Amino acid sequence: MSHADLRSSAAPAAGASSRAVSIVAAFLFGVIIIGGTGFAQMAVAHNAAHDHRHSIGFPCH
Amino acid sequence: MNLFRTIVLVAALVGLGSGLVLTLVQHFSVQPLIVQAEAFESQRDEAAAPKPHDHAASGEHDHLAAVKADLAAQKAHEAHAHDPDAWAPADGAERFGWTVAANVLSAVGFALLLVSASELKGGLTSWREGLFWGLAGFAAFTLAPSIGLPPEAPGVTGAALEARQLWWIGTVAATALGLALLAFGRSPVLAVLAVALIAAPHVVGAPQADEPPAIPRKLEHDFVVAVIVTGFVFWAALGALAGALRPRFGGA
Repeated sequence: MSHADLRSSAAPAAGASSRAVSIVAAFLFGVIIIGGTGFAQMAVAHNAAHDHRHSIGFPCH
Repeated sequence: MNLFRTIVLVAALVGLGSGLVLTLVQHFSVQPLIVQAEAFESQRDEAAAPKPHDHAASGEHDHLAAVKADLAAQKAHEAHAHDPDAWAPADGAERFGWTVAANVLSAVGFALLLVSASELKGGLTSWREGLFWGLAGFAAFTLAPSIGLPPEAPGVTGAALEARQLWWIGTVAATALGLALLAFGRSPVLAVLAVALIAAPHVVGAPQADEPPAIPRKLEHDFVVAVIVTGFVFWAALGALAGALRPRFGGA
């Protein structure tokens, strides 16, 4: 039995909530990145990511 | 290892790999069509650009009308032109470099969404399982929004950008949620709800442009096909790679 298993069996509730926090945080991190590459309307961001946005099918222009 | 770090590490590796796959496919499928479409786009923009009218030729009586026409032309031009003063990468290596960077960065973002969502079901266990998650990503992020808003080549003017972005995001969210309910819901009621959720954005309808595209119909069509097929290969690679890599980082 690994250290992680011992810890999670000792405190299942704490383990589950820290799992949930990790999952939500990683998900929001992904949302922020895509907001920047695909949706930011600053002209500089648009021009740099122009071909990428067209290739993914993000609404552009 | 902490689950957050595991997800970010897996997503970074998956994003790098699938972002490079995207770049390779895109370079030979979509990119040549973007370049072709931009030639038509700049022709249209030049045609729409305001031309100084001839003061000497136009009599004093229609001067006001000419000024009004100039203003209207300028306004129409600005409505769909890019800000000409803003920095843009130079054609060639610089432009390609920014495209690679944006491809990889977005791929990391999509991988973060896919890997974190799959952790809700206990984490991916094989490349094949990951592939199915990738196909769901393709359905939600490429197919569903393309039904109402076919991928726009340069020179294809859409409705107001904010309205299209809002519809795009809403459609992706509704489709992803609907697919999750279909796959993991355990009752027929949930399945009916899922089908309704996936269909709903198309009942509402995407905001449509009232301006005809500046590019030939065939180019417009070929572009839509190229983007959707490129998206399919990208999402298949992203999902399979995530499924192959995730088990190597333990249970977390």
